[in-house]
Amino acid sequence: MAERRYVRVRGDMPPGHVRTPAYLRGKTGWVERTLGPFPNPEQLAYGVPPAKLPLMRVRFLMSEVWGPAAENPQDTIDAEIYSHWLEEAPHAT
Amino acid sequence: MPHDHHDHLSPSGHPYRADDDHPLTYWQQMEIAIRELLIEKNIATAAEIAAQIDAMDARSPANGAAVVARAWTDPAFRNDLLADAGAASAAMGYDIGPMKLIAVENTPEVHNMIVCTLCSCYPRNLLGLPPDWYKSRAYRSRAVKEPRKVLSEFGVTLPDATTVRVHDSTADMRYIVIPARPAGTDGLTADALAALVTRDSMIGTGLPKTVQDS
Repeated sequence: MAERRYVRVRGDMPPGHVRTPAYLRGKTGWVERTLGPFPNPEQLAYGVPPAKLPLMRVRFLMSEVWGPAAENPQDTIDAEIYSHWLEEAPHAT
Repeated sequence: MPHDHHDHLSPSGHPYRADDDHPLTYWQQMEIAIRELLIEKNIATAAEIAAQIDAMDARSPANGAAVVARAWTDPAFRNDLLADAGAASAAMGYDIGPMKLIAVENTPEVHNMIVCTLCSCYPRNLLGLPPDWYKSRAYRSRAVKEPRKVLSEFGVTLPDATTVRVHDSTADMRYIVIPARPAGTDGLTADALAALVTRDSMIGTGLPKTVQDS
């Protein structure tokens, strides 16, 4: 298996049309696959000419997202996160 | 008793729906305005718009079921579907339009389940319109927090050793689950197998029917 590339979703809470779910902000996962580039929905929503950005499918452990309240810590959530919402993370938290 | 309140019920026992004697809502006005502009500017005709609505209404989970049944019976197609579900579905003859599709496969080790927590993204071009519960706040919030509990309410209980993999369609992609092929279906044709593939099994909230159920 290839080495996992860990990424952290930025913790920002900006106003406006954002397709990064709040429950995943600040959470660390690994890149499942890279898609796109696709037009940035945050610009598309306001009629601004959109930049084309890579879209990452990031896989999160339930234990990372929900902490001790996780129903089953080893289950996972995959979500599509635009690259400008992600920063490199050294390892899993 | 179903017929206790005759004033409020139709002869068939259903409540009367109130007439829509109220001003148009914002979105109704928007729909009419855009439709009329499209026609006025010769971008589309009224007949074309009606035909497109018909086409969307005609799409049903049967399309997805045929795709799944082929994946069960044709290993090369299964590989194509997992590599690029949109291209594989289109090659099979389904007009999926601009939809970008990912297929995820259930195995004894992994059970996949689809949700859109932000709105109601759904592979309509392949499965038709989503069920109402898919759009409900309860499903959208609980599927990512307690998927096993949600699955058990749908009648699906998984062993602890099976990983539940929830897919939140947050952006451009749409998802279809390829459920595991039921046992005891070795001799069946793709058409017979497609009849076992339910809508919910392709969302991941159900399992295919077994030969005994059907």
